[in-house]
Amino acid sequence: MFAIVDYDTGNTRNLQKAFNYLQVPTQLTADPDKLAAADAVILPGVGAFAAAMQALRTRDLVPVLQQLGQAGKPVLGICLGMQLLFESSTEYGEHAGLGLLSGQVTAIPANIGVKVPQMGWNENELQQSTSPFAGIDHEYTYFVHSYYAVSPASQVVASVQHGVQVPSIVQRQNVIGMQFHPEKSGQVGLAQLATFKEMVSANDFSSN
Amino acid sequence: MLAKRLIPCLDVADGRVKKGVNFVNLTDVGDPVKIAAAYQQQGADELVFLDISATNEQRKTMTDIVEQVSAQVFMPLTIGGGISSVTDMQRLLKAGADKIAINSAAVADPTLIQAGAKKFGNQCIVVAIDTAFDEQAGQYRVYTHGGQQATSFEAIAWAQKAVSLGAGELLVTSMDRDGTKAGFDLRLYQQLGAAVNVPIIASGGAGNLADFTDVFQQSPVDGALAASVFHYGELTIGQVKQSLKAKGVVVR
Repeated sequence: MFAIVDYDTGNTRNLQKAFNYLQVPTQLTADPDKLAAADAVILPGVGAFAAAMQALRTRDLVPVLQQLGQAGKPVLGICLGMQLLFESSTEYGEHAGLGLLSGQVTAIPANIGVKVPQMGWNENELQQSTSPFAGIDHEYTYFVHSYYAVSPASQVVASVQHGVQVPSIVQRQNVIGMQFHPEKSGQVGLAQLATFKEMVSANDFSSN
Repeated sequence: MLAKRLIPCLDVADGRVKKGVNFVNLTDVGDPVKIAAAYQQQGADELVFLDISATNEQRKTMTDIVEQVSAQVFMPLTIGGGISSVTDMQRLLKAGADKIAINSAAVADPTLIQAGAKKFGNQCIVVAIDTAFDEQAGQYRVYTHGGQQATSFEAIAWAQKAVSLGAGELLVTSMDRDGTKAGFDLRLYQQLGAAVNVPIIASGGAGNLADFTDVFQQSPVDGALAASVFHYGELTIGQVKQSLKAKGVVVR
């Protein structure tokens, strides 16, 4: 059973539908005990960084997620959920994140000839050839975001170019993030979720 | 680099796809879920569902369609047609829509754009504009109610205003070209591209492979929408993409 963190964010249902399609049972919950009992914790998210952190704080979930991530529980953050895994964001002021990944979330520069938000399908470039996500190389996934993670290269599994190098999959051991929407990226997106599921089943996060 | 998008548009009334979609192997030509799945298989980048129901009562079925399609088809879904409140938007987004297209209601009350963008984010709000060139005035005029009613709005200025209010994308249909298969209205999209900095989807006039190449190479649009050429199987998404790729246009 995967737990999808229920904190009133946008893409939760579609994410759940994607897992259903892959026949992975999921449960929407904000209950710390259920999160702790799950095989993996999925952190969705759409909207603004500060509002999302506030919503987690209101539900006393910040220390819960931090402890689970530090204790080795597989955590998958998606879109804004991925950004929340980092140390901080500069979206409308400086805000602390969960700090499960190193780095900071910052705005895609608006004056470098690309449209912001990045909205559409972009081509992934694999940065870590031994990753279980290696199949994403040269495949397109669907992005909708205005901020991106400035991350140490050691955490960047794959990236896309949008004026700057945008990390598309990040990983530090059991903590994984996807900037794109796997639930909106067709077969390629579903394949990434299936890969995550296999990593959880095998309990093998050693590639990173 | 972002790929240029190809977007089939499906007209839906009372829960069924209208304008017979003509695919081989499709047993139920009016079933939105089956048609959406077939388009995903072909490589469509996104789908637009346009509700052409006559009544609000019939429109409620759109929510069920969105719910069902998003359980089987995993690509961005834009829903338009008869949406006139933030409540309507929320209902469709909750059911699984990614973007909401508003047209006549936005012209009648531009603050609807702002209200939607504020609640759901700019990326959720697509302003759809139907326009035809007014030779006398020498400018593009905006029409509403499915092209039935002329307004005093000029299209480029309206596009700029919509973006300033929070539209994250523009879906712009040339009524002059719609249904003609004479190619996209390149001048319209060139003018729009120079005026706004959000993604523009071109609609109206797609007839052959060269039309798609032209609109992507000669105007700054991000996507091209078409209905009949795809529905009747005259062109497949795959064919168009192959042709675009051969001409150096980046596609998925």
